[in-house]
Amino acid sequence: MAAPMLRGRCLGRCWALACIDSGSRHGRGAATGFTSSGKRGQSFVAQQPLLTAQKSRKGEHKWAAVVGLEIHAQIASNSKLFSGSQVHFAAPPNSLVSFFDASLPGTLPVLNRRCVEAAVMTGLALNCHINKKSLFDRKHYFYADLPAGYQITQQRLPIAVNGSLAYSVCVGKKWRQVITKTVRIKQIQLEQDSGKSLHDELRSQTLIDLNRAGVGLLEVVLEPDMSCGEEAATAVRELQLILQALGTSQANMAEGQLRVDANISVHHPGEPLGVRTEVKNLNSARFLARAIDYEIQRQINELENGCEILNETRSFDYKLGCTVPMRDKEGKQDYRFMPEPNLPPLLLYDTASLPAGADPQQVINIDRIREQLPELPSETREKLIQQYGILPEHSFALLNEVGLLEFFQNVIKETRAEPKKVTSWVLNIFLGFLKQRNLAVNESPVTPSVLAELLNLLDRKVISSAAAKQVFEELWRSKGKTPSQIVSERKLELMQDEEALERVCHAVMEGHPQVVMDMKRGNPRAINKLIGLVRKVTHNRADPTVIKEILEKQLSS
Amino acid sequence: MLGRTLQEVSAALKQGQITPVELCQKCLSLIKKTKFLNAYITISEEVALKQAEESEKRYKKGHSLGALDGIPVAVKDNFSTSGIETTCASNMLKGYVPPYNATVVQRLLDQGAVLMGKTNLDEFAMGSGSTDGVFGPVKNPWSYSKQYREKRKQKPHGENEDSNWLITGGSSGGSAAAVSAFTCFAALGSDTGGSTRNPAAHCGIVGFKPSYGLVSRHGLIPLVNSMDVPGILTRCVDDAATVLGVLAGHDPKDSTTIQDPGKPFMLSSLTDVSKLCIGIPKEYLVPELSSEVRSFWSKAANLFESEGAKVIEVSLPHTSYSIVCYHVLCTSEVASNMARFDGLEYGHRCDIDVSTEAMYAATRREGFNDVVRGRILAGNFFLLKENYANYFIKAQKVRRLIANDFVNVFNSGVDVLLTPTTLSEAVPYLEFIKEDNRTRSAQDDIFTQAVNMAGLPAVSVPVALSNQGLPVGLQFIGRAFCDQQLLTVAKWFEKQVQFPVIQLQELMDDCSSVFEIEKLASVSLKQ
Repeated sequence: MAAPMLRGRCLGRCWALACIDSGSRHGRGAATGFTSSGKRGQSFVAQQPLLTAQKSRKGEHKWAAVVGLEIHAQIASNSKLFSGSQVHFAAPPNSLVSFFDASLPGTLPVLNRRCVEAAVMTGLALNCHINKKSLFDRKHYFYADLPAGYQITQQRLPIAVNGSLAYSVCVGKKWRQVITKTVRIKQIQLEQDSGKSLHDELRSQTLIDLNRAGVGLLEVVLEPDMSCGEEAATAVRELQLILQALGTSQANMAEGQLRVDANISVHHPGEPLGVRTEVKNLNSARFLARAIDYEIQRQINELENGCEILNETRSFDYKLGCTVPMRDKEGKQDYRFMPEPNLPPLLLYDTASLPAGADPQQVINIDRIREQLPELPSETREKLIQQYGILPEHSFALLNEVGLLEFFQNVIKETRAEPKKVTSWVLNIFLGFLKQRNLAVNESPVTPSVLAELLNLLDRKVISSAAAKQVFEELWRSKGKTPSQIVSERKLELMQDEEALERVCHAVMEGHPQVVMDMKRGNPRAINKLIGLVRKVTHNRADPTVIKEILEKQLSS
Repeated sequence: MLGRTLQEVSAALKQGQITPVELCQKCLSLIKKTKFLNAYITISEEVALKQAEESEKRYKKGHSLGALDGIPVAVKDNFSTSGIETTCASNMLKGYVPPYNATVVQRLLDQGAVLMGKTNLDEFAMGSGSTDGVFGPVKNPWSYSKQYREKRKQKPHGENEDSNWLITGGSSGGSAAAVSAFTCFAALGSDTGGSTRNPAAHCGIVGFKPSYGLVSRHGLIPLVNSMDVPGILTRCVDDAATVLGVLAGHDPKDSTTIQDPGKPFMLSSLTDVSKLCIGIPKEYLVPELSSEVRSFWSKAANLFESEGAKVIEVSLPHTSYSIVCYHVLCTSEVASNMARFDGLEYGHRCDIDVSTEAMYAATRREGFNDVVRGRILAGNFFLLKENYANYFIKAQKVRRLIANDFVNVFNSGVDVLLTPTTLSEAVPYLEFIKEDNRTRSAQDDIFTQAVNMAGLPAVSVPVALSNQGLPVGLQFIGRAFCDQQLLTVAKWFEKQVQFPVIQLQELMDDCSSVFEIEKLASVSLKQ
C-alpha cells in the first residue's frame, strides 16, 4: 500500500491538486496495529498543504499522515437489534425501552432479522466477503448508559470482511477532473448502540435515556488508506450515500445515525507507522475533516518539537477547532471480551447451501439479498453521464442533495429542453433558491412539472432566458400559478411581431445617435448597448438575437 | 392429601375429592408450620388463593386446563415472577419486583398451576448447600423425620439436637425442601452444575435436569448461561415428566431453545429392560465416595443386570478436569452476567454519590456476598486480555473434550449412564460450613457438573435410606434430547426401589392429614 505524502510545494485546497506520484509508494509496517495485508485497490497521493506550509526547508521532514476510520451507522429498522422496542429519533426519553434494553435480569437477546439483512446488503454493496458463520461477543465496560455492563458486538468473527469503498474527489482548477480512490474495508460488524448520558453539571447529576440503547449498529472499519481530512470526509460521504441508497441506514449525521471515530498517525515515509491517536465522536462531515487535519498537524508539531505522541483517545472541540484528550481513560480499558452465550452462531446461506425444506422465515439467503441490491450511487452517476451527457461533477452534485436526483429526473421526463439546460437550471437556479432559503428539495414550492413547463416555454422561445428567471421567482412567491399564467399576466412573451420590434429598434436608434455613431466607427460593444436598450423598452420580451439582426439590418440600410 | 404425588392429587381434584382452594389452604398452612425450614423466601399467599379460586371455577365448569390445574407449585427465587419479589437470596435484589414472568413460570400459570411462593437458595445460586443466601440456610426436612431421629437415638449424642440439623444441598435447597416437606407438589429449581439434582438427592425426591435447549431460560436470572437449565423437583418421576411436558419446547424469547415442536411427555411403563445398555463410568468411582453410596450404586447396577439389562463399565477420561474447567467458565460468565448489577436501573443502590464509579463500587460491595464477589474477581481475571487464551479458551477446549467423552460413550451403544448423585447423604450444617463455599462446590458437584458441560439430561432418583436414615440418590444421564427415554428408565428404577416416604408426624403432630396415604414401603435395596 502506498502511503500518501505530504509536501511543501502545494497550494490551495487539500484536494484541489492532484499530483500522482508513484515514487512515494512504500511498504507499510504494522507497527501500530493496523493490518496491512494485501495490496488491493488503488492508492493516490493527496497533497496536504495545510500541514506543510511551515515545512519549506527542502527535502527535510517529509511527513505522511495515515488515517483509518471506524464508522457506526444506525441500522434503519423498526425495532432494535435484540429486542422488540421501536426505533425512533427524538422520542420522549426512556419511552422506547424494553426489559431487555434496561438489562432486567433474566432477559435474553433475540436477533432482529432485518438488522442481519441490512448488514448483509451493506456488505455486498461494499464488495465484502460475507461470512456464512459469524459470532457475537460481549465487550465489557462500566458506563451509566450501558445497562448490562457489556455491549454485544462481533469481535472474533464479524458478518462481513475484506471489502472496499471507492470514492471520488474532484481535482484540477475547475474541479473538472474526477479521481477515484479506494479504501479497503476491514470488516462490518453488527453491534448494539448504547444509551445516552446527559450530564447536568449544575446539579452534578447524570440523566440516562435508554431509547437508543440496543439500537442496531453497523460498525464499518475502514483501513488506514486515507491521508487527510478531506479524503476521509469524502469517503464517509460516499458511504453515507450508499447506505441511504440501500436503505440500510438513514445515515443522518446530525441525528447521530452516522458517527465516525478516526485513527490518525503520522510518520516519515519508509519508516514504521507512528503512534496513533483516536479522535472520537465526529458527528459532521465538516468537523470530521477539520478534526483530522488539526490532529495531523498537531502530531507533526509535537514530533518536530521532540515530543512523543501518546496512544490516547481525543475528542474534537468544534468551538475551539482543536482536539483535546478525553478525560476518561477509555483507551486503556481491558474490555474482557467473551463469547455471547445466549446467541448461537449466526448462520447465513446462499442458494447452493440452503438446506432443503428450510423455513424461509428462519434462514437468510445471501443470493436473494444480492438480487435485491438497488442501483448504487456510483452506477447512478455513471448512468447520468452516459444518458444525459452531463459533466461528472454535476452527477455528484445531483446525488449530493436528498431528493434532487429524483426532482431532476422528473423534470427531464416532462420537458423537451436539453438535459444540459435542465442540469444547469436544477443545479444553479433551483438549488440556489433552496439553499438561500435553507429548504430541502421536498419543501420546494416549485414542483418538477412546473419547472418542466417553464423550461418548455424557454425551449420553444416563448420567453427569453431572463424572463424565465423572472417567472421562476414569481413561481416561488405565488404558489399555485402556472408558468404560462405568469407569462401572460406579466406579458413576458417574446415579441413575435417583427414589424413592431423594428419600430422599437428604429426609435431607440433615433434616440441615441451617439451610440449609433460609435457603432458606425467600429466599436463592437456599442451594438450590445443598443440591444440592451431595446430589451429594456420591450421589458425583456424581445429575443436578443432577433434584435441584433434587426439593428444590423437597419444600420447597414 | 398433601402426601400424594402430583398425578394422584390431580386425579383427586378431577374427581372432586378436594377443591383447589382447599388444597391451596392446606399447603399454605403447612408452609407456615414448616417455616423454620426456611424453604421459602416469599410466600405468595394472596396470589395463590386467587389462582386457586380461578382454578376452582374452571373445575366447576368442567373446563380444567389439564394435569397442573389447581396444583400448588413453588419456584426458586431466581426465576422472574411478575409482581412478586425476586431476590436471588441477595441484598442486591432485595425488593426487586420483576415486571414479567419467566417463560417457565408463565407456562405453569397458563396450565392453571397455583404459585405458593419463591424458594430459598444460595445467593445467585452459587453454592451446593443452600446455606449462603441472605435469608439464611435451608434446613433439610429429613433432619426432623422419624427415620433419621430413630437412628440418631441409637447413637450417643452430646450435642444439642436442634443445632444438628442437616443441610438440603443446593443451590435449589428451598425447592427441594418445599417438595420434600409436602408444601407443594412440584417446584422449579435451576441446574448449572448440579443445583437441582444435588438437593433432590439429599431431600429424597426426584430432581430432573432437562437437556440444554429443551426448556426456556428466559426469565431465569443467570449463573452460567451456557450451562443453566431450569430443573424440576417432584416426588416421583412421572410428575417430573408431567411438568416437563408443560415446560419443554421452543421459546422465541430464548434463542438457545430448539426449534422442534415439543411432544407431550407421557412415560410408558417399561416392563422389559433387557434391551437397555447401562454404562457405569469408572472415573466416578472416586475415593471420596462414601462406602454406603457406593454400595447402593453397585446394587442398582446389579438390579439392572439381574433384570436382563446389559451393564458395562465405560470411561469418561476427561472427567477429572471438569471441576477446574467449570471453575474458569463459570466465574467468567458470572463476572459478565453480574456486571448489570450497578445500582442504576434496579436493585440495591448505596448512599454514596460522590461519583458514578464510587457508587458502583459501594453498591456492588454491599449488594453481593463474598462468594459472588470472589467469583466476579476470578472471572474478570480469566477474561483479561493477557489471560484469556490461557484460561478461558483452554477451558472451552477441555469442555469440548468432556462433552465428547459422553458422545463417544453414547455412540458405543450405551443408552443411559448410572452414577451416584452425591458423595454421601446430607451432612449437618455445622459440619458443612467447616469448608468454604468454593471447596464445597468443587467437591459436591463432582458427579453432576460434567453433565452441564455437555448439555445432557440427567435425573437424580432417591434409592434408599442410609444407615443414618437419610436419603441417598442415584443419577441417570441420558443422550441429548432423549429426555423421555431417560425418564422412562428412571421410572422403572423408581418402581423397583420403592423409596420410603418421609415420616414427619412427630414434628407436625397436627398435620396427620399429610400422611393419610402414607405407604410403609419396603426398601428393596436394603443393606
